[in-house]
Amino acid sequence: MLLFLLFAAVAVGASLMVVLGRNPMHSVLLLIVSFAALAAIYVGLDAPFAAVVQIIIYAGAIMVLFLFVVMLLNAHTEDEGAAGPTPAGKPLVAGVAVAAALVLELAWALARTRGTSGRTGGGGADASVLQSVRELGGVLYRDYSLAFEVTSILILVAMVGAVVLARRES
Amino acid sequence: MIPLYVAQFGIVLAVFVALLLAAAVMVYSERKVAGLIQQRYGPYLVGPKGILQPFADVFKLIFKESLRPAAADTILFYAAPILSATAAFAAFAVVPFGAETTLFGLLKEPIRLQVADVNVAVLVVFAITSISIYGIVLAGWSSNSKYSLLGALRSASQMISYELSYGVSLASVLVVAGSLSLTEIVDAQQGTWLGFVPRWFVFLQPLGFVIFMIAGVAETNRSPFDFPEAEQELVAGYHTEYSSTPFMMFFLAEYINMVTTAAVATDLFLGGWHGPFLPESLGWIWFLIKTGAILFFYIWMRWTLPRLRYDQLMQFGWKVMLPLAALNLILTAAGVIYLGN
Amino acid sequence: MVPLGYYLLLSAILFATGTLGVFLRRNVITVLLSIEVMLNAVNLAFISFGRFQGSVDGQVIMFFVVTVAAAEAAVGLALVIALFRHRESLNPDAFTSLKW
Repeated sequence: MLLFLLFAAVAVGASLMVVLGRNPMHSVLLLIVSFAALAAIYVGLDAPFAAVVQIIIYAGAIMVLFLFVVMLLNAHTEDEGAAGPTPAGKPLVAGVAVAAALVLELAWALARTRGTSGRTGGGGADASVLQSVRELGGVLYRDYSLAFEVTSILILVAMVGAVVLARRES
Repeated sequence: MIPLYVAQFGIVLAVFVALLLAAAVMVYSERKVAGLIQQRYGPYLVGPKGILQPFADVFKLIFKESLRPAAADTILFYAAPILSATAAFAAFAVVPFGAETTLFGLLKEPIRLQVADVNVAVLVVFAITSISIYGIVLAGWSSNSKYSLLGALRSASQMISYELSYGVSLASVLVVAGSLSLTEIVDAQQGTWLGFVPRWFVFLQPLGFVIFMIAGVAETNRSPFDFPEAEQELVAGYHTEYSSTPFMMFFLAEYINMVTTAAVATDLFLGGWHGPFLPESLGWIWFLIKTGAILFFYIWMRWTLPRLRYDQLMQFGWKVMLPLAALNLILTAAGVIYLGN
Repeated sequence: MVPLGYYLLLSAILFATGTLGVFLRRNVITVLLSIEVMLNAVNLAFISFGRFQGSVDGQVIMFFVVTVAAAEAAVGLALVIALFRHRESLNPDAFTSLKW
């Protein structure tokens, strides 16, 4: 429980600083910290494979891509105009209202229904089944095989699209 | 009887100290073997046959002045070597180096010689290796110098490209072994065929082994893939602006990454701690011998082969290594299905 | 044992933080980062539901979300690069030529 609170605090803190920080380079690095905290929470949720996949793909590949783009475009020197990174006024009010509405609504719903807070054991969840990569592979390739194939085509399309979009007109 | 947690703490401490000593041994043997290959003596002044040379180097580096360019981003400048060194040490945490042992009867029940036994150990090594890219990229960027930035970007793109072949050749071993846990992979390599040929995966996966070794060399930025630190071209690449202790951390990280890659290759392909003539509880001696052989091969490659040009390096990684690794995976999977291993 | 509600609350807070970022920030890259934060929050919700129902489906869906996020990040960043080459600015307010 203590570990969960620790990692949750790190994740929330890092995400807040990602959103509110001035320097995009620091935002990228703090997002990596947030990913690592979430991966630790996944380990606590009996999903070690998901945690490792999160680190490999998200923190190890996608964020490197972000870093490259930030360095390539010199985004750390981009000043977002005289208003600073977070303008006051309508966007601020709207953003805070939506965010607060989301959190409060969920908290209210969770507090009303005693049912979810009682499901701590998780209805006979077998930790070893959840942790088994073999089981995961079976479900992925049997029940979700169509989604798997479609996703591979999606990645191919994204690769081709990214290369074409980022090319110089020469 | 020693309680379990004391023994586990002892293992953690032993692995840490062993890694530091391994780095020292690597520094010494690199320079000695380089000298022998180049037909000269290596270091021979400090201590008998120059054995204390790495410790002299460490002392020298610690007492140097630690410089920082004025325009450098302070937090990132000092965080980068720390990140590199931490990732290098952390990757070794899931590598088993010995069989279950009761430490000569001191414990009630046997423990494995491994800091942490997770059942996705192979992927953890892979994940932490992909984190070590950040140390290099941050070092290059926060130094605010064009040599550093160029070296860092080159190194990062090289490491990402070869990570793919690394991962796919890992996947071939997983298909043969049927498990992600390094301990189980090593245990699947017990015994011998025909009484004298050991059941190592290198005989089942020769192409996979070659791809893994080459990708490992590229991942640790060693020659012939050490373009990012090419002394003749980029001053010193991403660690140009570093001196004293941060510089030492980068070198420590590089050597320990080499040791980790060699250890993982030993576990995956060369049978880990299994070997003839020794009882299982002394298997770690075999582990050391095999890892040492791979490390010697690394050093040998560095001082024998010329460096690849950067575009040759990237073309090789994408156009040769990745298709070969994918082909290897397909053939392995087909073999496992049809031969029913 | 941590109850399910805590994980969902954490997921909601992270999602709200990401939404705040998308609304507030005037830098295209930071907006993309906030979208990644939101996707992470959703991943957490999926995995915690999967855990508390005892099935691995949560993790499977999480993989698909991660994969789609990777594809989206790649294409999004390529778009950012192309836009930057055109206007030399990363402020979304600079790309208003289609407004009437």
